[in-house]
Formats: sequence, structure tokens, C-alpha cells
Amino acid sequence: MRSFDFHQSGEIGDAAGALGREAAIIAGGTNLLDLMKIQVMTPERLVDITRLDGLSAIEADGENLRIGALVTNTHLAGDSRIRAGWPLLSRAILAGASAQIRNKATTGGNLLQRTRCPYFYDTSQACNKRAPGTGCAAQGGAGRMLALFGTSPDCLAAHPSDMATALTALQASVEIRAASGEIRTVPMHEFYRGPGDSPDIETVLAPDDIVTAVLLPAPRAGTKQTYRKVRDRASYAFALVSVAAIVKVEDGRIAEASLAYGSIAPHPWMNHAVEEMLVGQAPSDDLFARAGEALTAAPAPHPDTEYKRPLLRRTLIAALREATGLSESAHGVDTARIPA
Amino acid sequence: MQTSLTVNGQTREVDHDARQTLLDTLRDGLGLTGTKKGCDHGQCGACTVLLNGERVNSCLCLTAMHDGDEVTTIEGIGTPETLNALQKAFVESDGYQCGYCTPGQIMSATALFEEVKKGAPSYVSADLEAPTFDDAEIAERMSGNLCRCSAYPMIREAIAMSREVK
Repeated sequence: MRSFDFHQSGEIGDAAGALGREAAIIAGGTNLLDLMKIQVMTPERLVDITRLDGLSAIEADGENLRIGALVTNTHLAGDSRIRAGWPLLSRAILAGASAQIRNKATTGGNLLQRTRCPYFYDTSQACNKRAPGTGCAAQGGAGRMLALFGTSPDCLAAHPSDMATALTALQASVEIRAASGEIRTVPMHEFYRGPGDSPDIETVLAPDDIVTAVLLPAPRAGTKQTYRKVRDRASYAFALVSVAAIVKVEDGRIAEASLAYGSIAPHPWMNHAVEEMLVGQAPSDDLFARAGEALTAAPAPHPDTEYKRPLLRRTLIAALREATGLSESAHGVDTARIPA
Repeated sequence: MQTSLTVNGQTREVDHDARQTLLDTLRDGLGLTGTKKGCDHGQCGACTVLLNGERVNSCLCLTAMHDGDEVTTIEGIGTPETLNALQKAFVESDGYQCGYCTPGQIMSATALFEEVKKGAPSYVSADLEAPTFDDAEIAERMSGNLCRCSAYPMIREAIAMSREVK
């Protein structure tokens, strides 16, 4: 690990003042320290924000919840309100990492975790995300974990977060504090930037912005929620593809559908055309097959991820069958029980 | 840098580089070599300790961030002469071959019991609000601890056995 200046902040203005292009915020550290050990990330300063007040609670704001950026994954997944009203979020978080990592990893850090592209991790290889302008070794390389959609010629990497995929389907927002002290909120689907020609810049955050919370809108009554994750082993592995589905069926027809897809794009993926195909229709295998075709119409940008197209179609169909009651409600499908 | 930790009930002052992980502080700074370094990247779980009562990978903790925190290592839960119930169960079930991952497995399982007691759900819990405790739950909840000798069936048996004793 390269040397760095360690700055522990007790006050958020002080933390913001210590930030800048060569600095990194550290909270849980489960991703950052790993990347620092192999010198993929080499910040000159680490700003420890774990002692800041007001960022570690899950607070009710009417029917909405405000999840502090330092709330751990374990705390969030286990919160009784989340389990009852937003079970999709519990499921997605529990599908990720290990108990040890979830105890340390934070809500803000989970959103900002880096890709698992092997070329990003290998400092002997070209990578525009790690070292801008060096090229993309994944082009023409091996890459079954790469993205299917939203890539650019400069970067094919996928975002691996389960939690962020669930938050996208749940239409959450990210609360951000600028160095000026001004607070703004950005919807999940606007928080990440596509890679374009600068894949090193992954979000709308400025170097001295601090993510302070995630805002979760009130749960939708009568919805079924499911998170289906497909991976190489049963536990403690990143997704190959995942589907977060929130569906409401009323009078035999799909009344509402909110879908997000993980590990197939540089950020949690959405495709509103798929939801529009579903709403107003009676659940059927034919309908879901057509939705899957629409979702995966574009060709894979790398031959090694071609397999993700049928895998994603089947995962979507399975998730929709469960969430609409077309198949037996399997393990991992939860009905939102709105707390009193 | 100076950091004060409470390790196995004793206050310890350590002088360390800002880059030092809690794992290296425990092993090299304090001579507590029961905690093992496997991958040093949070993938294997050999370095698992309890931090303020919760299991973490000590290789992914910066010592400088844990001033005032409480750490429990394998040395803090039993001695070779007086093994605790879980340690005895690992011996009785033959829950290891080479033994390198065992301290991490035992510290992880120690925390697992507390998590189950609090009703914390896991990915395989059929009902998020009322998790049960069975073999599939043990396997899922222990997935952050790898055993290269693949003694998994005996590790799960030891944990189940120890749970029954409790």
C-alpha cells in the first residue's frame, strides 16, 4: 500500500475541506483498502468519516425512510421497517458479500464500490477507468463478468452492486452534501454516469461532495417484491445477472411494475419500455417472453457476455412469474407488509 | 500513529504506521498470532475477529480507524486447557484438517450465534421476519469463511452441535 495522509474528521465541513482530487473518503473500507493494497487506488489522503454525527441512523420521514450513509449493510438489511415494507432491499443486501463484509460495509460505500472487471484490478493491463487514456484491455480480452448494455468503446465494465440495483427499482434518491454545505438529492437513475470517454468518472459527485444519505420513498401497498441473483456459486459471489422486481397485480392484470437489472451495465440498468409492455396486461408466459426479448434485443458488446442475454431473459421471466403469482411463490419473494 | 484498543478485555496502546491493518496490529504488534492471514483481501475469512461484538475481516480494517474499539480474538474465548463449547465441538466433529482457517471459522460462528439470537435474517431465510436455524442457514451464514481442506460438513456439524448444547 502506498503511503497516505490520514485525516479523521469529527465535523462534516472539516471532512469536506480535506477532500479533493487526490483524496478518498473511507468509511467501511471493505472495497477501498483492498484496492489500495494492490495499488489500483493510490489516494494521497484518506478522510475517515466514520466519526461524523448524524450519518448512522435510519430515520422515518413521514412514510419515507432516510438511511444515513454510514448505516452498515447488516443494519439496513435487518431493520424491521425495511424487512416489512421494502423486503426487496433486505434480500438484495443479504445476497451480497459475506456477513463479515456486510457488518463493515456502509450504504454510501456500497453505492460507490468499484467494478470487478479483472483488467481494472490488474495494474499491468490497460484500463481507462484505472488509468485514463491507457485503453481497455477487456476489448479483445476475456470477460464473462463484463456488461451487456450501456458500455462505450473505452470501457466494458459492469457495476456489481446488489443493493444499488434494489434501490434503483425502489426509486430511491441519494442525498449529497456539497463543499458549500448545500444539500441536493439525486434520483438513483441519475446518480451514475455512463462511461463515455471518461470511464474513471462514475457518478455525478464532485471530488469534495459527500454522500450523506439514501432516501427511500414509501413502500407501495400490495406489491410483491423479488430479487433474483444468478451467480457462479450459491453464496459470496458477485452476480452474473440480477433482477429486482416490484410488481402489483390487480383484477388479474399487472397494475404496476418497477424493474432494475444488476451486473449487466456500468450502473444499475433500467428499461422502461419493458415495464410499459407489462402494465395493463394479464400475466402470461408469452407476455414475459416478449418482455425478455425486448430487454435483450441489443447484441452483446463482447463475445464473452453473449451468454448473459439468454440468462437475463430467463431470470426476468422467472422473477415475473413469481412476482405475479404465475408460478408458486418461491423462496425470496416477499409481499410488502406496510408497517402500521 | 498511536491507537488504543481493548483486546480480549485488556487495554493495549499500539504505535503503528497509518497503513497498518488491524490484522497486522494483532499479529505483529501484539503477538496474537491465533488470528490468521489467508488472502489479506477479505475473501477467505481466516482473519475474522469480533469488533465491538460483530464479526469483521481484520485485514480490511485500518487500525487508525479503531481507536477506543473492542476486539475479541480466538485467544480471548478459550485456552488450550479450557476450550469453550464451540472449540470443543470443532475438536469432537473433526471440523478441520490443516487448521489454518479454524480460528476464523470459530470467531465467525461465535458471532453467528449472536446474530441468530437477535433474529437477523440471511439470504436463505424463507421469512425475513422470522429466520430459522438449519443446515442451509449455517452454510449461508458461514460463506465468508473458506476452508481449503473442505471440511465444511464437519464445520457445519460442529456449529449445529454447539448450538444444541447452548
